[in-house]
Amino acid sequence: MSIIEVNNLTKYYGTTRGIVDVSFNVEEGEIYGFIGPNGAGKSTTIRLFCSLIYPTSGSAKIFGKDCIKHGPEIRQEIGYLPSEVFYYEGMKVLNLLKYSASFYKKDCTKRMYELAEIMELDLHRKIDDLSYGNKKKVGIVQGLLHQPKLILLDEPTSGLDPLMQQKFFDLIKGENERGATIFFSSHILGEVQKMCGRVAIIKEGKVIKIEDIKTLQRNNYKKIRVVGHGLEKASFDVAGANKLEQDDGEVRFFFKGDINTITRIISEKEVSDVTIEEPTLEEIFMHYYE
Amino acid sequence: MTMNIYKHEFKMNLRSVITWSLSVMALIFVYTSLFSSFAKDAELLNDVMAQLPEELLMAFGMTGLDMSTVLGFFSFVFLFTQICLAIQASNYGFSLVSIEERELTADFLLAKPIGRAQILTIKFLAALTSLTITNIVVWISSFTFISIFRDGREYETKPLVLLLLSIVVFQLFFLSVGMVISLLMKRVRSVTPLSMGLAFGMYILSAFGGMLGDSKLELITPFKHFDPNYIIGNSAYDIPLVIISVLVIAVSIIGSYLLYTKRNIPSMV
Repeated sequence: MSIIEVNNLTKYYGTTRGIVDVSFNVEEGEIYGFIGPNGAGKSTTIRLFCSLIYPTSGSAKIFGKDCIKHGPEIRQEIGYLPSEVFYYEGMKVLNLLKYSASFYKKDCTKRMYELAEIMELDLHRKIDDLSYGNKKKVGIVQGLLHQPKLILLDEPTSGLDPLMQQKFFDLIKGENERGATIFFSSHILGEVQKMCGRVAIIKEGKVIKIEDIKTLQRNNYKKIRVVGHGLEKASFDVAGANKLEQDDGEVRFFFKGDINTITRIISEKEVSDVTIEEPTLEEIFMHYYE
Repeated sequence: MTMNIYKHEFKMNLRSVITWSLSVMALIFVYTSLFSSFAKDAELLNDVMAQLPEELLMAFGMTGLDMSTVLGFFSFVFLFTQICLAIQASNYGFSLVSIEERELTADFLLAKPIGRAQILTIKFLAALTSLTITNIVVWISSFTFISIFRDGREYETKPLVLLLLSIVVFQLFFLSVGMVISLLMKRVRSVTPLSMGLAFGMYILSAFGGMLGDSKLELITPFKHFDPNYIIGNSAYDIPLVIISVLVIAVSIIGSYLLYTKRNIPSMV
């Protein structure tokens, strides 16, 4: 069964574009990546799922039920982590979490304390006084404490230090192994690659590609930079290389294919520095627009 | 299940309810305590007032006011009380929904398994509860301080009860009008200027309406619908005007439901 079914979903804010004609399915038990630069429509999509906003046209179904008609019912099983942190003025962490738990039919107390411990969250502080990262943790715990079947993550890692990010990823993987479906929105390709099975790439409100993460990586360009005296870009002009640029003893290009082809060429040269890196998201998008 | 929101809302309002109630109580206390000294020189005062321009008296709702009687004096006090109640009720109305959007808690609350209409109902009832507490404080303060400071003079209970009974509709007016205006706006950045604007705007309409003798403006302001001077003077409500108030409340509430259940919650960016 598809956990999320999106059909030609379109959202305009007045005349401003939110998302246009977006369609995709997320299957049960998947960790589904949703990746795109800021303003591409990631938050819009997730907020449509929660009926925080209403579509201009098209529809979204979650657990096979329409998002709007059966909103309250399906939200019983959704955990949502908004990208921006919130707080009720003067409220303590514990009170907010208890308030959050009081909306669900099941008893969430035990899980709440577990999560707070994992995320090293001090329950007795006022939320107003917390740092951005700690507020983010409050968001994480309130989104997961009712052990939802579907977890919607909107840029969840911003503000968390790397150690906490790792804990968070482990937590999400745990939830996934328990059977939860994860919808993970991000603009950081690296973390999506690490977590997700499939990804949808969204740009300017449109889903431009839905792909297996493995395929995406295989098809992916590497960004290569070689520095050395008297290097000529012509020597790197092999099949799979493109966008060759050269200035002052430095050659830069993108390469897709067997990386050994390149390392062999480099080994014949006198070089002082070599970097081979993942292209940034923007560079991948440029590739999709070619 | 929905008790949780009600409790939460009520708690968030509690400090403000206490502050408003105490302020209104203090206001009634201070003004009523002046009665005996006013009443002593009532003839003199009435003479002075007779010499003031009619327009000025109208602006303060003081025409035909006999300051030497307990209720005549109290209707003057009640006007100030009404202004406070109007600001408080507008505050709650304007912030009812907008506070969640301003502090990004809407993304928290509306993602919970509960429908919008239900949320609005509970929030509205919680706000009404808060206003009712202030209302009760006004009742108690009025009766207590009048009986302490009436200076041995008699007064009729009926007009006073009518006056105090009008509070609930008066509060509902500002609560529901504030709510529907906030929902007509894309984003409410700050509540205070809006509620001050609504409360004083309505008061000024009533005052200027009197000054200009233009009865059309009076039709929309609850300060005229529940003019203390009229209620005390006639020991009755001006029923057609009261009906206007009730209609405005009904339209605002229905409008709020329609708007809120279709509302796109603005996000941070």
